[in-house]
Amino acid sequence: MKVRAPEAPKSFPAFVLLAFAVLWMALVILLPLVNVLAEAFKQGVAPYLSSIVQPDALSAIRLTLLVAAIAVPLNAVFGIAAAWCFTRFDFPLKGLLLSILDLPFTISPVISGIVWVLLFGAHGWFGAFLQANDIKIIYALPGLVIATILVTLPFVARELIPLMQDQGTDEEIAAVTLGASGWDVFFRVTLPNIKWALTYGVLLCTARAMGEFGAVSVVSGHIRGLTNTLPLHIEVLYNEYDSVGAFAAATLLAGLALVTLVLKSLLEWRFADELAAHRRH
Amino acid sequence: MSLVVKNITKCFSDFAALNDVSFQAEPGEFLALLGPSGSGKTTLLRLLAGLDQPDTGSVEFDGADYLKLSARDRRIGMVFQSYALFRHMTVAQNIAFGLNVRPAKERPSKAEIAATVQRLLKLIQLEDLGKRYPSQLSGGQRQRVALARALAISPRMLLLDEPFGALDALVRKDLRRWLRKIHDETGVTTIFVTHDQEEALDLADRVVVLKDGQIEQIGKPLELYRHPQSAFVFEFLGTSNEVPATVSDGVASFDGFTAPAVSPKALSGAQTVRFRPFDAQLSPTGPGFEAKVLSLLPAGSSLRLELQTPDGKVFETQHAHESEASDLKLGDTVFVRPSKVYVF
Repeated sequence: MKVRAPEAPKSFPAFVLLAFAVLWMALVILLPLVNVLAEAFKQGVAPYLSSIVQPDALSAIRLTLLVAAIAVPLNAVFGIAAAWCFTRFDFPLKGLLLSILDLPFTISPVISGIVWVLLFGAHGWFGAFLQANDIKIIYALPGLVIATILVTLPFVARELIPLMQDQGTDEEIAAVTLGASGWDVFFRVTLPNIKWALTYGVLLCTARAMGEFGAVSVVSGHIRGLTNTLPLHIEVLYNEYDSVGAFAAATLLAGLALVTLVLKSLLEWRFADELAAHRRH
Repeated sequence: MSLVVKNITKCFSDFAALNDVSFQAEPGEFLALLGPSGSGKTTLLRLLAGLDQPDTGSVEFDGADYLKLSARDRRIGMVFQSYALFRHMTVAQNIAFGLNVRPAKERPSKAEIAATVQRLLKLIQLEDLGKRYPSQLSGGQRQRVALARALAISPRMLLLDEPFGALDALVRKDLRRWLRKIHDETGVTTIFVTHDQEEALDLADRVVVLKDGQIEQIGKPLELYRHPQSAFVFEFLGTSNEVPATVSDGVASFDGFTAPAVSPKALSGAQTVRFRPFDAQLSPTGPGFEAKVLSLLPAGSSLRLELQTPDGKVFETQHAHESEASDLKLGDTVFVRPSKVYVF
């Protein structure tokens, strides 16, 4: 089915509406973005560069990428497993579990951080045990990772579930009757069919993992050069009135977001094409 | 005997999908499982394929206990209504799949696999389309590819689940002939699930009629048609008209005339009898059931009439184009006399 291309606005009210929408977008999205760049380069290129290559900034970038590099693959594996369970099997309390999967979308990230402090903090449930065995979770990398995992838990699964539901199990059943092992079915049939949705979910998950502030802020402890991720680093600088440093770091985060956005748009374009092919199938 | 199914029962929670089902298939036989939706025919097919386990009963194939084998090891070629082709693989890759996933020791060489694919592409008359993707094929072509993919593993048995259900009438008839031809060439025992009686009668060596999870009748198509064992089978195989009559010694007596009565049991007394549209005679005067012509339509080689009696009952009858029916007009009054009836 071809959707008729929208026409250019001809009447006066249509023109006003369009102008309003464009102005509003400029005001709430473009203006802040321009502002970030302007503030970052306010004192020229040299101070901008020097605030990016200072050790604390570099360590924040490294930590942000490291946390994402651990959390995202784990969530991708979990997402595939969860989507497989939800779309291939029927079991009691399925609806309830599906709602729980969405919980990280709806609860405040601060809570996603605090629960870990309550569990693994010095006065938490497992605090004494962890201290006795000299295991550091809170105010250390493991805490940042689990907080990020919790916040970004549903992204991959939520991308895959509707697609796998739509595709059904016939192809997998056919593969089994043709003699394929469980391994073959997954790698030769299931995975190729979900690869674009999976990539898309991973991308969203990555963007969120890198940008996460609330949950990470609670478990981080803000130790400079050690447990500050990029968003936390920005906050610290900003609170110290180092606006060039804060905005320079913000350009990096915004840059990461823009790269993700471009990749996401490319995928959406590609993915829509694939999906359409599936529908025709 | 190649397939022996004995006393199969399968319940889903408290609903019996199959109840004490037993039948057999000869080597190379083409068997149809015919029944309305909910009759248990797809459940039965899934059990045979190993995708489900029955609660009780046994399935043997060439003397081997099939229930102990997993779906993967049964080597049963399955064809689905939805085609279930691997959408990210070409036609040739689809056909080769079953050979490519064999363990290294049993896997044929690349050249052998390519030769098998070529042979099957030729068999399904799609030699030039090996490099296409399923989404670039028509429904009929896809189903042919699905059959080739199932045949590639040299299956012990072919199971087809409403394979033509998603196709339009013309393609369906064409594929039916073609499927029968392929079956006769390959000689694989084939079990075919359908709710379309015409398809089952046209295609199968024998038909198993299922109703509510139980077998109503098993027989050759003509046998089923000539000697239906129950009202259900009679009605499922074609249009049926009901009238009251008094039956004794194979004769049904009506008000002023009689007709031979076919029955699986010796029945007598007042009964409801049934007759086919083409077992009806029309005349301008009685005796017979008085009725008005409601509609008059050409149905291929014959003329189909709908006739309404004064008490509102509607008969459907069928006549030659050149017959007593050809001069009738809408609203005319005629008298209908069944010339042969069935009693159950």
